[in-house]
Amino acid sequence: MEFFRIKKDIPFMRHALALNAVSLITFFAAVFFLWQNGLHLSIEFTGGTVMEVSYPQTAPLDSIRSKVEKLGYADTQIQNFGSSRDVMIRLPLQKDAEGKIISSADQSAAVMQVLEPATSGVKLQRVEFVGPQVGRELAIDGLMALLFVIIGIVVYLSFRFEWKFAVAGIIANLHDIVIILGFFAFFQWEFSLSVLAAVLAVLGYSVNESVVIFDRIRENFRKYRKMNTREIIDNAITSTISRTVITHGSTEMMVLAMLIFGGPTLFYFALALTIGILFGIYSSVFVAAALAMWLGVTREDLVKGDKKPDDVARNDDPNFGAQV
Amino acid sequence: MNRYPLWKYIVILFALLIGGLYSLPNFFGEAPAVQVSSAKPTIKVDLATQSRVEKILTDDNISNTGIFFESTGSVGSIKIRFNNTDIQLRARDLLQQKLNIDQNEPNFTVALNLLSNTPSWLNALNALPMPLGLDLRGGVYFLLQVDMKGAVQKKVTSLATDIRSQLRDKSIRQQGIERGQDSITLTFGSTEDAEKARTVLMTSQPDLIWQVKPTGLSPKLVGEFKPTALKEIQDNAVKQNIVTLNKRVNELAVKEPVIQQQGAERIVVQLPGVQDTARAKDIIGRTATLESRLADPIVSTIAIGETPPPGMDVFRFGETRQGVFKKSVIFSGDRITDASAGFDQNQRPAVNISLDAAGGRVMQEVTRENIGKPMGMILFEKGKGEVLTIATIQGEFGSKFQITGQPTTESANDLALLLRAGSLAAPMEIIEERTIGPSLGAENIEKGFKSLIMGFAAISIFMIAYYLLFGTFSVVALAVNLLLLISVLSMLQATLTLPGIAAMALALGMAIDSNVLINERIREELRNGAAPQTAIAVGFDKAWATILDSNVTTLIAGLALLAFGSGPIKGFAVVHCLGILTSMFSAVFFSRGLVNLWYGRGKKVQKLAIGQVWRSQEK
Repeated sequence: MEFFRIKKDIPFMRHALALNAVSLITFFAAVFFLWQNGLHLSIEFTGGTVMEVSYPQTAPLDSIRSKVEKLGYADTQIQNFGSSRDVMIRLPLQKDAEGKIISSADQSAAVMQVLEPATSGVKLQRVEFVGPQVGRELAIDGLMALLFVIIGIVVYLSFRFEWKFAVAGIIANLHDIVIILGFFAFFQWEFSLSVLAAVLAVLGYSVNESVVIFDRIRENFRKYRKMNTREIIDNAITSTISRTVITHGSTEMMVLAMLIFGGPTLFYFALALTIGILFGIYSSVFVAAALAMWLGVTREDLVKGDKKPDDVARNDDPNFGAQV
Repeated sequence: MNRYPLWKYIVILFALLIGGLYSLPNFFGEAPAVQVSSAKPTIKVDLATQSRVEKILTDDNISNTGIFFESTGSVGSIKIRFNNTDIQLRARDLLQQKLNIDQNEPNFTVALNLLSNTPSWLNALNALPMPLGLDLRGGVYFLLQVDMKGAVQKKVTSLATDIRSQLRDKSIRQQGIERGQDSITLTFGSTEDAEKARTVLMTSQPDLIWQVKPTGLSPKLVGEFKPTALKEIQDNAVKQNIVTLNKRVNELAVKEPVIQQQGAERIVVQLPGVQDTARAKDIIGRTATLESRLADPIVSTIAIGETPPPGMDVFRFGETRQGVFKKSVIFSGDRITDASAGFDQNQRPAVNISLDAAGGRVMQEVTRENIGKPMGMILFEKGKGEVLTIATIQGEFGSKFQITGQPTTESANDLALLLRAGSLAAPMEIIEERTIGPSLGAENIEKGFKSLIMGFAAISIFMIAYYLLFGTFSVVALAVNLLLLISVLSMLQATLTLPGIAAMALALGMAIDSNVLINERIREELRNGAAPQTAIAVGFDKAWATILDSNVTTLIAGLALLAFGSGPIKGFAVVHCLGILTSMFSAVFFSRGLVNLWYGRGKKVQKLAIGQVWRSQEK
């Protein structure tokens, strides 16, 4: 099998302007929804209690809702989780009359007390409580981790290539992250610690996509002395596109397996990875390379003083190595 | 050119052998077992106990598949493995009956447990299965924050009592002791008294820095904690709380509990496999401290809402009343060495209490002076005191005494448990809590591994269909990657969690990237007309730089998660990082070995089975 039978280099960069306009629009849409809707942060970041309750039959959501509301807990969220028999109850941090935080042990016990008499066989599957200071710490640690990744990658890329590539690579991939976050804001999917982990893992993963293309661009600068930057980039993308699609496809197969079989706990984790992988291909191919082009990458930036005349002769000969 | 020297093959074989050996224990599963451990500090579980257990079991014809003695520090435990749960339950009941002469006061706790089925020769090699996290086997997790201000405050309170009696012994008259946040201020009638007191306290209370402040007629002596002393108080508070928590957990008879310090002022408690989570929460979450004080001899209780007499503290007592207490503390819960329910001479329920020597001395002194007056026990939870009992002092007693007045034996039992579980050196607050039901845990394992297997199968089918033999090599390399990853995690005894399984799946999904890179490069070389052997060599060489690059960027993200992640994220990050490292070995070194073994021997290779290599007509 061979999926990619490409005769000529595809002129990706001819469409760079249009493609980048598309990503710019997506980017701004994502920023808009982030600003407008905000992220639906899980209790890991906000503090609060999550309970997972399983019913023997279909869970009566309305009656659960009214029972929990009667307890006087404000801003509760009650929804199905995984199946119609499982219910997830989210309670924000509750304060008692003296302004002290009520511990989750008391809260979940109170909720179960009103639910149990109504239906027999109700089971408390899981309780998670996060106090306010832990939530704040996790949020700060999350931002620190993001910062660390960005700095680490910029430093590595500038060391490995050149600052223009580093900047182009990091902008392209941050734009992926903003788009993932935009999706989470638009659909109000729950943004939890595991989604954050997925986002950071995807950042590292799609940067390597850019690395592969940059690597090829550098190689091409050495090889094809006569091509201009645009042609070089087109050639680099064309010759790596097959690998790009196959690799991402394979990773995506694994992620899809998690999305389908992993159950509700892994669902949003896998969803964030899916969006990240899809946009990762797009941004590495179209955004990163185009940005590098516009930042004015030249042969001299990458190839420093290693001119070998017979190398040039050899590489410019398209028939070199051909067997007759 | 495509030959490995012999040593490289040996390295590969060695890695496979070690990987296989250390990942093996994970596949044996677990068998029902019974765990015998000591219920009292005075009872030791040792090899003699083991032979006793063995005898009890053989006398009743209960067959087991292994008896293991384990000891961590001075605490030993015996685990007995059985074929099925029926035998396990029978053995549990039998052991509980035969080992404990007095059923009400058991010497041993006999708990149900699970034990790995791993054969003992693997255990001897230290090859153990990965422990499962709470999200995979159910249980309770708490993160407790120790209130450091509370710890210092408690120390100040107990020092104030000590200082009062020290000065009285030396007949130095003081006019008042004032307790500050982390200081004690004494007021005296004259500067000489203050100076005298300073000399005494300098040697008896070296943790404080004492300074005389001459303020008019009543000079003050101020003692402030040294910074090193403050730190020591805080360290000790955390340590003592851990000890107390251990005691409480023992009451629950949980198998393999984890209670450890995290950071300077936090304690993690993990109780795996706990079924009755509500009770566990109740006992662990009881962030209580206990104090014994003299009650107001005139009116020991008043109704809620009434104003207390000046200079007294009031605490809630039952539904409608409040207890009125003096401010000074006779002893606090950490002085209690034992408490048990029993009966007094009139067959009424009572609680027998034993105190340590220091507690007994204070108790004697106080009771001698206060016969016929009421005293009480107050339980402080989250800064609020609740009166457990108020009783009248019947006579002078020391380190052993009895509290009567409990309405039922059950309430006497409860009070005894509360007293025995000890007090905490400082109040604690639950700041994070996770409870996972056991069935959810089992479901999580199943779902996690199902997605891993499905993903692996999908990738395998695709790789083999697309790259034929080279695809097969890649799949074998991927399987080796999984094997190595599992074995490294088992060697490190990293706890396997659901995010960990997800990271494993993701690591495999990303690791295949290296093989795709290599295979695509080889195809490209072939497309450009290279000879098969050259194509292999050049393909691997050229792909290597790219593989290294891409793994470094992924590793940067992994390390960031490792450094800043906590809890579930850390589990993810550990597997993610290790997966990248093992993939470098399997995808490059190992798969090259396979290719070399296959193609390197033949002298002339005409064609590589790497799938169709399509050539543009122009070339």
